[in-house]
Amino acid sequence: MTIEARFELAFPGFSLCLDVRLPGRGVTALFGPSGCGKTTVLRCMAGLTRAARGRLLVNDQIWQDEGHFLPTHQRPLGYVFQEANLFAHLSVRQNLDYGRRRVPQGDRPAAFDHIVELLDIAHLLERRPAGLSGGERQRVAIARALLTSPRLLLMDEPLAALDAARKSEFLPYLERLHDELEIPVIYVSHASDEVARLADHLVVLDAGKVVASGALGEILARLDLPIRLGEDVGVVLDAVVVERDQAWHLARVKFAGGTLWVRDCGHHTGHSLRVRILARDVSIALDKVDGTSVLNCLPASVAQLADEIHPALALVRLDIGGSPLVARITRRSAARLGLAPGMSVWAQIKAVAVIG
Amino acid sequence: MLESADLAAITLTIRLAGLTTLLLLIIGTPVAWWLARTRSPLKSVVGAVVTLPLVLPPAVLGFYLLVLLGPEGPVGRLTEAVGLGLLPFTFPGLVVASTIYSMPFVVQPIEQAFAGIGEQPLEAAATLGASPVDAFFSVALPLAKPGFITAAVLGFAHTVGEFGVVLMIGGNIPGKTQVLSMAIYNHVEAMEYAHAHWLAGGMLCFSFLVLLVLYARGWNRRQ
Repeated sequence: MTIEARFELAFPGFSLCLDVRLPGRGVTALFGPSGCGKTTVLRCMAGLTRAARGRLLVNDQIWQDEGHFLPTHQRPLGYVFQEANLFAHLSVRQNLDYGRRRVPQGDRPAAFDHIVELLDIAHLLERRPAGLSGGERQRVAIARALLTSPRLLLMDEPLAALDAARKSEFLPYLERLHDELEIPVIYVSHASDEVARLADHLVVLDAGKVVASGALGEILARLDLPIRLGEDVGVVLDAVVVERDQAWHLARVKFAGGTLWVRDCGHHTGHSLRVRILARDVSIALDKVDGTSVLNCLPASVAQLADEIHPALALVRLDIGGSPLVARITRRSAARLGLAPGMSVWAQIKAVAVIG
Repeated sequence: MLESADLAAITLTIRLAGLTTLLLLIIGTPVAWWLARTRSPLKSVVGAVVTLPLVLPPAVLGFYLLVLLGPEGPVGRLTEAVGLGLLPFTFPGLVVASTIYSMPFVVQPIEQAFAGIGEQPLEAAATLGASPVDAFFSVALPLAKPGFITAAVLGFAHTVGEFGVVLMIGGNIPGKTQVLSMAIYNHVEAMEYAHAHWLAGGMLCFSFLVLLVLYARGWNRRQ
């Protein structure tokens, strides 16, 4: 179950050269600044833009190859555009039916009621697209795409047209989809918070080239190309709530390398969530410190050291039972502690953000 | 009030305008679709040719059509050779001339409607499994409906009002090629102003109603 994509394409002033292998499940984020070619890659995958030379394999089906090009309408995919792009002359229900009716009967397992409920659009079915809010339109667009029972879902910055408040309303729907969908999703975004919350796999693009491609945690912890999701370097860990401390309003979450105390966000035990730890919130001690306000102190080993942009600072990649963590400390501290790869240290984590 | 010749002219005009509009919607739609979407350098040439009747004096258009369709013209020879006979001074000749004359009034609104839809809804249709032909009928046509209504109304009204081309190509044969504007002209020539008033006033009301309906529709949509 993989997606193999290779596209070469040149416009005046822009060229794209991409060759990636993506997992056949989960959410892959195509991340990069505006104009880096994210949307073009997505359009090539959909067949909306025809790459001069390209090859696309989706779970062993050839969609494009030398001398073979499956037109868009024959590709079993769902595409969610930046602007919802609903048909203005049809009601919401007719919009949903448009794609569904064009799928062969046998390939129609997508349950209408379930998807309508998942995206909470049952009360909108008889309305016209013109009367919907931006978020509602986008939810209808996603439902419309899912109802064609696609084998690949492509999403082009589906939140770009929404304001901040609508965005935070909308993200939970995408997270629900993330948990429920069996099919691979390619998600184009330049917004770091969306990527941190939704992606399992990250492809970083710059000027039409792939800078990095790999599991989200891996890419974020790489020191040779610190990917700044937003303001700072940091890692994202998948975790599960294992204990709640009602008295102090804290929750203990378990990730691959250990457990962390986080603020209790009301999630019950067993709930999966993501936490984000920024490099600036991690400090390093040689011994376990007891007299400290820091709740989370974990044994770690130094994996790698690298220079930060400012000459006073260094980035240290730590390994906590297999999970990566990045700490930003001064180079002077690094020298004083004599940090070197392989050393055992204690990671003091001052802040852990629960991101959904 | 109205003589039988007047009534004949009215029915003839309605038949002519209806048939012309129908033909133009059939011919004009693919032309408009092509003009709205092509990147071919031929676009400007075709666009100019289609728009030509808008600026050309009707007499000029009528004159050249008469020459082309006449016994010495290439089209005239062709129609004679295939057994259709000569088109000038016949009802089919009027239809051909009107179709050319009213072309821009039908093609332009449709072209603008198609261009206004843009690429996006069609791309969405493709990602939902619609072939290009399917998408044309299920998305492009319904979205361009206002353009089609404008085109039909303008095409019909413009054909009803033509004079110069009809005079050149159709002559003034009562019951055969005598249209409304011709009948009015005849009445005025004969100093029968009362008759002319009935017909001219009717045309005025018709034109006003057409525009009223057109504008009311536009106004309703904006509400």
